[in-house]
Amino acid sequence: MDTIADIGGMQGFGSVELTEPFDPPFHEEWERRAFAMALLSMRVSGTNLDRFRHALARQHPLDYLEDGYYGRWLNCAINLLTDSAIIAPGAVEARARKLQGEDVEEPPAPEPQKPDYKPTAAGSIRLIDDPPKFKVGDRVRARLVHPPTHTRLARYVRGRSGVVRALHPAQVLPDTNAHFEGENAQHVYNVVFDSKELWGPEAEDFTVNFDLYESYLEETS
Amino acid sequence: MTFQTEASRLPVELRTEALESILVERNLVDTKVMDTYIKMYEQDIGPMNGAKVVAKAWVDSQYKARLLEDGTGSIAELGFKGPQGEHIVVVENKPGTHNVIVCTLCSCYPWPVLGLPPTWYKDPAYRSRMVREPRKLLSEMGLELDEDVDIQVWDSSSEVRYLVLPERPAGTEDMSEEELAGLVTRDAMVGVANVSAPGQA
Repeated sequence: MDTIADIGGMQGFGSVELTEPFDPPFHEEWERRAFAMALLSMRVSGTNLDRFRHALARQHPLDYLEDGYYGRWLNCAINLLTDSAIIAPGAVEARARKLQGEDVEEPPAPEPQKPDYKPTAAGSIRLIDDPPKFKVGDRVRARLVHPPTHTRLARYVRGRSGVVRALHPAQVLPDTNAHFEGENAQHVYNVVFDSKELWGPEAEDFTVNFDLYESYLEETS
Repeated sequence: MTFQTEASRLPVELRTEALESILVERNLVDTKVMDTYIKMYEQDIGPMNGAKVVAKAWVDSQYKARLLEDGTGSIAELGFKGPQGEHIVVVENKPGTHNVIVCTLCSCYPWPVLGLPPTWYKDPAYRSRMVREPRKLLSEMGLELDEDVDIQVWDSSSEVRYLVLPERPAGTEDMSEEELAGLVTRDAMVGVANVSAPGQA
């Protein structure tokens, strides 16, 4: 999906303020609670880290930007728990209104429908037998695709060419794992993109090193 | 694929309290476990871990060589591992080469060595601009790099996490490993600052 989460290269967000000398991980109590609940929601909903990131991205752009980082995590937890029918749609809103003293009827807890999913091992790194399709120094192109499902192929590198800089350990493919359609572990390549290839001749001089799963790549001359 | 907007009309604090009350009432989460996670990332895991890694690399050339070859294993030697640290790659700043880390798609960050990310790292402004105009953004953040410095941006798009090994500042030759660790900042290990010798900040 092309979501609000995929913001590499977007303009209009303004400047960045450093938070010195030390920015604590949490600034308010609710942020602590949202953080811990979101982590636990992965287990409670019977899902995985790729689904978590998909649920994080699958928010209305206004919510995503307005609710801030831990607000996003809360919305992500609600998405995960609602998808697996651990909580009913609207349950959090109803409870919140009740906590505010409103007289509202809360939806009953639904029959859970967790995905048919079990990881083959802990974490995301896997050993695979297939030899890597590309080697260090190969010129490759990131595919120009717009899948309707989860992906880590950011828009700003799609259709752009770069050079393989390194091979990482093979990893579970987020695109299918987020939808419980198999781990499909693949080789992962660090690919170097020149700034002019990404942003045109007027761009600053720099390079972006971007990690790409093998199926995101095609050969190019 | 439905977007869920209706809930966000209520304050996020209230919705957080609501979700916790539902999950606790139904015994789906244990508040003790929640407290353990929170405490771990508030007290035990943070940039002081990464600072120890960097200081050791500065004083021990063999360790540094191992660290650049096998980040995950060399960092684990110091006892740092866990979530968001399955495979850590350390990238070295040198005269003429400056590395900086970002995650444009979410806010991936090497938790075992740096803890949870600071506010600015999660800011859409940082995430959107670092891959498009890093020199300008770094300058706005207080790091002016010479025109001929090669800027390498690392976008954390897979499960690989990156850590910058900053340059050891001049004038620190007599400092101990522990004293050096005290100089290393989180910002330098992300690559938005350099490390300064004492009194030169």
